[in-house]
Amino acid sequence: MANSIDADMVRRVATLARLHVGEDEVQRYVDQLARMIDYVDLLNEVNIENVEPLTHGLPVTNVLREDVARPSLTSEQALANAPQAQRGYFAVPKVLDQESA
Amino acid sequence: MGDVMDTATLVRSGSSHAVDVVGDCIKRIRSRDGAVNAIVDFDEERALADASRMDHKRDNGQPLGKLAGVPIVVKDNICTKFMRTTCGSGMLESYVSQFNAFVIDRLMDADAVIVGKANLDEFAMGSSTEFSTHGGTRNPWDQQRVAGGSSGGPAVAVASRMVPASLGSDTGGSIRQPASFCGVVGLKPSYGRVSRYGLVAYGSSLDQIGPFTTSVEDAALMLEVITGHDDRDSTSIKEEVPAYSTLLDQTLDGRRVGVCEACFAEGLSDDVRQSVEAAIEKMREAGCEIVSVELPHMKYAIASYYIIAMAEASSNLARYDGVHYGYRTPQPGDLADMYASSRGEGFGMEVKRRIMMGTYVLSSGYYDAYYLRALKVRRLIKEDFDSAFQRCDVITLPVAPTTAFTVGEKVEDPLAMYLSDMYTVFANLAGLCAISLPCGFDAAGLPIGWQLMGPPLSDQKMLSIAYQYQQMTSYHLQTPAIATD
Repeated sequence: MANSIDADMVRRVATLARLHVGEDEVQRYVDQLARMIDYVDLLNEVNIENVEPLTHGLPVTNVLREDVARPSLTSEQALANAPQAQRGYFAVPKVLDQESA
Repeated sequence: MGDVMDTATLVRSGSSHAVDVVGDCIKRIRSRDGAVNAIVDFDEERALADASRMDHKRDNGQPLGKLAGVPIVVKDNICTKFMRTTCGSGMLESYVSQFNAFVIDRLMDADAVIVGKANLDEFAMGSSTEFSTHGGTRNPWDQQRVAGGSSGGPAVAVASRMVPASLGSDTGGSIRQPASFCGVVGLKPSYGRVSRYGLVAYGSSLDQIGPFTTSVEDAALMLEVITGHDDRDSTSIKEEVPAYSTLLDQTLDGRRVGVCEACFAEGLSDDVRQSVEAAIEKMREAGCEIVSVELPHMKYAIASYYIIAMAEASSNLARYDGVHYGYRTPQPGDLADMYASSRGEGFGMEVKRRIMMGTYVLSSGYYDAYYLRALKVRRLIKEDFDSAFQRCDVITLPVAPTTAFTVGEKVEDPLAMYLSDMYTVFANLAGLCAISLPCGFDAAGLPIGWQLMGPPLSDQKMLSIAYQYQQMTSYHLQTPAIATD
């Protein structure tokens, strides 16, 4: 596959990853990701026809348990590391402003 | 007997007091760690209180566990309720877990004393322990060299003889490569043997916790303690746990050791080649049959591995959003900006690089070309090993192409850093067990390790073969100058 890493692609991927990338960092990502993609393109030589993907090395699938409640964190514990909490909830900046609400 | 076994035996019998053992350990950390920066945090008060409780227990006639009074440090991506778990990241600078990892509870049930947390590459992503918010860890044999990584801290803590054992995690070689660079034993158990509950996730289909020790006996004992089924990890297997440490002394007659010639081709330094070949020759003399095996897809392992690891990383690290725990940018604009800025400021360079790459290979239009293809190649690699293990009990190969490299040498060249994992990633891709054993020193006096890999769940047989090699050699007994101050 042709290498498709350019500045726009880096910005698009950063948006998908919810990762702030400064304009001064974009070119660095372009260079480094392009090098990595060039390297992993090595896999294009492999004949993968009729090969099933392998997600992990164990012959284990769909491990289920009884659907019963178990003890878990209290709301106090769950909020213990929260950057901001209010009245027993995680607090975040406003999603909608007054006019659009 | 190993250092762990010795200590536990002495404490159990009352010949040593746990408070003295732990007190001495704290003194060693104080005097030695300044030069190598292996330890992120240690808690003297808590460790001594634990030790004292152990001593009282024994004085009251209660039996003590397999790791009685043994001081241990764990990699700082293993969750502890009683100390922060930073993952070497600005993102988790002050994070204190609300639960203990499975392995932490196991260690404490066995009466070990957890004295501290050890340094790592941020979120276990790296091969040198240079990418940590706590600063880099240095190699105890030469402080201008890297410790290896990502479990550099736990490796150096044992190599410097601050503690007799530690725990690390291995996603693509992160236990075995630093063990090799530092001259200690590093064990990556078969995938699914040790619960990942409470191990901060990097590449979930690859991650496995394992011990660093100064001997194979101690590695076996540590494995015995931390292995077992845990239904909080859906990949934890329900197989019986052998008494690994009591099953080591088995004959090598008839054991077949596989050698893949292609692993000794280009890219391998002469010193490493010679030491590993000498180790293989020793096994032959000791009665092993050396058989030649082929691994036709070997050269695709690094590419397959990094696509899979980065894809899993980008997905696992999505949880750091500045909402539930971890770093939040001080002046967020709207919600979307809060996510992006918290992540942009909280994560370091290498972690961001992997999130970007992982997001790219999973994104629409590239998923089939990269991620899915990598998973198919992964199966071909596993099948290579399945057929190779028809002909041998273990496969031997180097751990790393060189000895410890110089600090800063590969920081700006990610691909060169990734290629140093070329011999270790197989075991993670295929779920194998693998161990790094000291097998010599290069011309500069730096340790060299060699590697045994066994089929999934053959940990016991692999350990017994490793033990017989150790019986014939003394490399594991040599220590850096820092360990004898």
